[in-house]
Amino acid sequence: MSLVSEGADFRGPMTAGPGLVEPMLAEPSLASVGDYVALMKPRVMSLVVFTALVGLAVAPGSLHPMIGFTALLCIAVGAGAAGALNMWYDADIDAIMTRTARRPVPMGRVQPGEALAFGLTLAGFAIVVLGLLVNVLAAALLAFTIFFYVVIYTIWLKRSTPQNIVIGGAAGAFPPMIGWAAATGSLSLEPVLLFMIIFFWTPPHFWALALTRTEDYARAGIPMLPVVSGDGATRRQILWHTLILVPLGIAPWALGFAGLFYGLTAAVTGAIMLALAWQVFRERRPVERASKHLFAFSILYLFLLFAVLLIERGWGGLIARLAA
Amino acid sequence: MTIGIAMNEQPKDEGVVLTEAQKRARRSRSIAIALSLAALVILFYVMTLVKGPMVLVRPL
Repeated sequence: MSLVSEGADFRGPMTAGPGLVEPMLAEPSLASVGDYVALMKPRVMSLVVFTALVGLAVAPGSLHPMIGFTALLCIAVGAGAAGALNMWYDADIDAIMTRTARRPVPMGRVQPGEALAFGLTLAGFAIVVLGLLVNVLAAALLAFTIFFYVVIYTIWLKRSTPQNIVIGGAAGAFPPMIGWAAATGSLSLEPVLLFMIIFFWTPPHFWALALTRTEDYARAGIPMLPVVSGDGATRRQILWHTLILVPLGIAPWALGFAGLFYGLTAAVTGAIMLALAWQVFRERRPVERASKHLFAFSILYLFLLFAVLLIERGWGGLIARLAA
Repeated sequence: MTIGIAMNEQPKDEGVVLTEAQKRARRSRSIAIALSLAALVILFYVMTLVKGPMVLVRPL
């Protein structure tokens, strides 16, 4: 039994994120399957799959259920790949922040090089399989989304600008477009509208969380808006972005893409979002209840919008496709 | 001969010896990789049946 035959290797500076640069002879891995699943950020992945499913289901035309399943599988694996690559690069700051300190790489259960190899392998498989079995446009969009999340957001923006999650939020907004592209092989205004809803939903959602964890972000040196510009500016920005988000949420009904039930849901939940954003705007530290309420409700808001769209537009379409 | 015996008497280099926990972890990872590869084979097989002659047509 030798080091080479057992696959052990020297992991040098090139295989680790910024905070993990010590060259070392690796110990045989103790990483479990569960650790690799954790690398894929399953909770984020579930939201990605759900929004992609909505994009896929509301798209016009017929699609074989097996092709739809394959598309969702590839999108899920692609999202998992992006999560693993994010954890590889961010291991140094993950180790500092309370919320992320127990992730597999900072805990030492998965070596940085293993996370990098895992992420790159999954990304390659997801993109190639989506391109071969579904269509090239969807595969290209998935590749761009992974690139955007890992390179533009994680490596570049996250550590350099308080606008990190505003621009980086685009990565999380692409899945409905990928789903639509997988179903139709093209793009149109409807998936772009779904993209815009998630894009403008992301800043209020994350800034509401950041307001409650400012010290954590500051200790890790991440220039989140509350750290750089303070609470007041963040609360103003949350309100402004919510003011843009709510009309965008209603737009699918106003433009005739969705029915009355969706329009009513978007109006009522949008009003609650605005009320919560106003409370956050008015609230001052140390009280952070409004921020926590907004963060929690924003998840329900996005879920309800997409779920109602799925029921109204997609469910009937899915049944028709299955019957066809 | 003396030299040969002396060489034989040297302790064998056993390299990296895995602990039971490491063996269990490696086994579970190997099974997961095998299942993933099997799923990929089945996926390609089923999709070839689904798409039929259109399997090589990949519209933009």
